[in-house]
Amino acid sequence: MKERVIQLEVFRYNPDTDTEGHYQHYEVSCLEEWVVLDALNKVKETLDPTLNFRWSCHMAVCGSCGMMINGEPKLACHTFLRNYPGTIRVEPLVHFPVERDLVTAPDDFMEKLKRVKPYIIRKQKQPIEQGEYKQTPKELLRFRQYAMCINCTLCYAACPEYGLTKHFIGPAALALAHRYNQDSRDQGRDERQEVVATKEGIWECTFVGACSEVCPVHVDPASALQQMKIASSFDWIKEHLLPGGGK
Amino acid sequence: MSQKPLIREVPPTSWYFRHPRYLRYMSREVTSIFVGAYCVLLVFGLGALAGGKESYESFLLALQSPLSIAFHVLAFIAALYHATTWFNATQVAMKIQIGEDFVPGSTITGAHYVIWAVLSVIIILLAGVF
Repeated sequence: MKERVIQLEVFRYNPDTDTEGHYQHYEVSCLEEWVVLDALNKVKETLDPTLNFRWSCHMAVCGSCGMMINGEPKLACHTFLRNYPGTIRVEPLVHFPVERDLVTAPDDFMEKLKRVKPYIIRKQKQPIEQGEYKQTPKELLRFRQYAMCINCTLCYAACPEYGLTKHFIGPAALALAHRYNQDSRDQGRDERQEVVATKEGIWECTFVGACSEVCPVHVDPASALQQMKIASSFDWIKEHLLPGGGK
Repeated sequence: MSQKPLIREVPPTSWYFRHPRYLRYMSREVTSIFVGAYCVLLVFGLGALAGGKESYESFLLALQSPLSIAFHVLAFIAALYHATTWFNATQVAMKIQIGEDFVPGSTITGAHYVIWAVLSVIIILLAGVF
């Protein structure tokens, strides 16, 4: 297998000693087949054990290793060195506070995710003796794409609206709200609308579309948000323009 | 979160220079100014029409000035760009499921172009161009 010396510019920040971040240069020999995460692991193992970054599965499932790679939000385990002939600049995901080096704090996203109630809500729970809530393949396909989200928050790093307007609930959380709204077993759309159909929710989105471009698992959050805008607009028309509020 | 996380502010007036996709988005948004300005021009035209034959003819004469022609060319290019980017986005916003399959995005966008073309021909015919 072919080896190549990779030049890395890595963002460093130590909260105990630094007031600003800076870049550190590393030169490390890697196999051409490796991904950026492999290169970072080799740096940590052979050159600098103080370098901090998150990772777990190494197969684009856990969503832990999101970082900016040459200015683009990427999963480090999913970004092949062979596609980067020059120096590779690695930074923590933008729009999130930096804990240390490449580690960001996802607290704001976690809090917003909770607010959209990303779970099945039933007005009346069915007794267990009546069996499971059944669903046809067609009904499953209505939301399956949106259920693939791995909470990697790359879409938050890509979304300029989230960067500028911190109260925006953001792409992944709203796409998950849509995932449950589209689920035939769910009856919780009215509850979610109180958070979703607001100026902190879908109406803060200006359809830049960057969230869908960077999503590593093709969830397409932008489509979820636009569909929710259309559905919420119909709600408004029914409520305000139809006799009896459309009920 | 740690005691002292590093907060990196987003520059509020120059963020769109950070990535070509943001510049593409802003260029789409800027075209709205031309579309809006053209609507204002039409309102002035209606005002001139309401003012009688003489005022409407002077409005038409003003439209023939080099400045007005330059504005019309720019507004036309902006409207074309705005419309095409918008039509291309319709397939993101509209998911039409038939059975277990979804209608391909290209069909949804294509249908918008067809409707656009048909409406444009009708308007041109009604305006008496042909």
